[in-house]
Amino acid sequence: MLEGLLIGLQTAMSLQNLLMVIAGCLIGTFIGMLPGLGPMSIIAIMIPIAISMGDPSAALILLAGVYYGAIFGGSTSSILLNAPGVAGTVASSFDGYPMAQQGKAGKALTIAAVCSFAGGTIGAILLMIFAPMLSSVALLFHSSEYFALMVVGLSAIAAFAGTGQVAKAMLMTVLGLIMATVGEGSLFSLPRFTGGYMDLQTGFGFITLAMAMFALPEALFLVLKPKEAQSADGEIKDLRITRAEARAIAPVIGRQSIQGFFIGVLPGAGATIASFLGYAVERSLASKEEQAEFGKGSIKGLAAPETANNAACTGSFVPLLTLGIPGSGTTAILLGALLALNVSPGPRLMIDEPQIFWAVIMSMFIGNLVLLILNLPLIPYIAKVLSIPRNFLIPFIFFFTLMGAYIGQNNATELLILVAFGVCATALKFADYPLAPLLIGFILGGILENNFARSMQLYDGVSFIWERPMTLGLLIIAATLIVLPSYRARRARLRMKGVADGD
Amino acid sequence: MALDRWIALILLGICLAYGYTAWFTMDAGLAPFMKRNPIWPSTFPKGLSVLAITACLVILFGLEKSEIKPAEIDYRRLHEYKLGQAIMLLCLMVTYALCLRPAGFLFSTTAFLFLGSFILGERKWILMISVAVIATVVVWFLVQEVLGIYMRPLPGMLGG
Repeated sequence: MLEGLLIGLQTAMSLQNLLMVIAGCLIGTFIGMLPGLGPMSIIAIMIPIAISMGDPSAALILLAGVYYGAIFGGSTSSILLNAPGVAGTVASSFDGYPMAQQGKAGKALTIAAVCSFAGGTIGAILLMIFAPMLSSVALLFHSSEYFALMVVGLSAIAAFAGTGQVAKAMLMTVLGLIMATVGEGSLFSLPRFTGGYMDLQTGFGFITLAMAMFALPEALFLVLKPKEAQSADGEIKDLRITRAEARAIAPVIGRQSIQGFFIGVLPGAGATIASFLGYAVERSLASKEEQAEFGKGSIKGLAAPETANNAACTGSFVPLLTLGIPGSGTTAILLGALLALNVSPGPRLMIDEPQIFWAVIMSMFIGNLVLLILNLPLIPYIAKVLSIPRNFLIPFIFFFTLMGAYIGQNNATELLILVAFGVCATALKFADYPLAPLLIGFILGGILENNFARSMQLYDGVSFIWERPMTLGLLIIAATLIVLPSYRARRARLRMKGVADGD
Repeated sequence: MALDRWIALILLGICLAYGYTAWFTMDAGLAPFMKRNPIWPSTFPKGLSVLAITACLVILFGLEKSEIKPAEIDYRRLHEYKLGQAIMLLCLMVTYALCLRPAGFLFSTTAFLFLGSFILGERKWILMISVAVIATVVVWFLVQEVLGIYMRPLPGMLGG
């Protein structure tokens, strides 16, 4: 591990990559602060730039920096404006905004930055320990297990993303897989489902789809319903926290970084669930008088979600880097970018391209440090972006969305596809269909089919399902994940009606 | 019928067409030697179509009950939001996509940014035009010179 660390340090400390981390964090903070633009949209917009750099470690370092910056920027806007830019920072506004109203905006931002730093750093240490372990297990996997594992991941995402509406999330996942079959498959070199259109021969562009699913609907929502940004007036000053406050939040940071990390590792859970759960856990652990403070500007109530969401972001890199299976929309977009750069994440990544793996981990440390020592003092200035009038901001968001899709392909047809899918995605969003599963399904579709095809060929049929116990076990888990939520909901309903349970 | 079930109905139509292609028409063009292969190009889509149709039917018949939570935007009262602006911006984007090649990047992007803020109700003309021009030139310079991706700057007839 020490050798790996040194390789990573060597790669990450090169001037170019250091600049990438800093640029990524700043851009992420800058855009993440704008209400309505989440990390997924920002990363999607940044991908063409990252891909055209050509160096996978630099690209991944840049994108990871953007990811961290976006989460941090999201916390800033939820603290200052009560307008979370990112779902993962909604819980931060519960206590952060009251603090800002009491004139303690500077203190709240410092706590947010320190907690993000601590959560991210502890998360990165845990990642360093667990990723090699997981990938040595993953080396035992055959293609049939990979197939089963991806099915488990996809069903977990469907089960978590659509609490109470698993069917919708499942439909979206399958739709993503269906869209991935359009175009020429690598295994057969036959055009499928193109309807004779030449433009569909290569399939749908993944950046186009990412933009259409996230950036465009979010921007359209901003147009349709202007957010009333109520600013907690007053300047941002007094960034210091006292020693007593530091002592109060230290145990919270410790607990939440570990809890957040492990929630982040689970597919489909991610930063949002980690932050809400962290808030709830810390609230129930706090003493009576501290509990009364929660929601009115408690420092513990701010520290918990901030630590948890950053640790979870780091945790979500574990399945991506070790198994090549993204657990969240953001890591799915990162996976797409990596595949475009000719890097396939998976257990072999650590062996074949250790410099990428370790450089990403090292850049996580550096990124967190940059956020703490560079972004924090700059926050009063970066926060000025919040005063850009909406009339100028929104055309730019649309423009960058279009550019992102155009630069990658240099094809104007792609823009028409983008607008068409964007309108469809907005309609889906109105009807409360989750969009992230669609994109994850789309990105995993090709890999899933290839693994399935390979195991079919090896076993000359579907017999691999029962001949390989691990595959069978994983597929049973996947089925349980889908069926269990609706079964439990049904039982709960029966109980409400007063029907006795069977047991 | 609520919007989510209408969408499920539309998706069901798409999935049926997809499934029909996968099950009945796709294998016709398969080369004879490929027919000995345990997996055909249509195998995976066949499975997907069954799953998708099942999920559509579950939503359509409301087999899975879920509590209705308040959405961020209530589509039933869509006309109360700024729908006109949104539709006009979408039309602007389509126009932009169609103009980007023939009219050149510099001209169409300036017009896009200018008209975008115009649609949103901005009327400070000088500010609007200067923001649009500066941003266009900066972005073009970054993409063309820094990233090295060619984008035709001027309309075709001017030799761009």
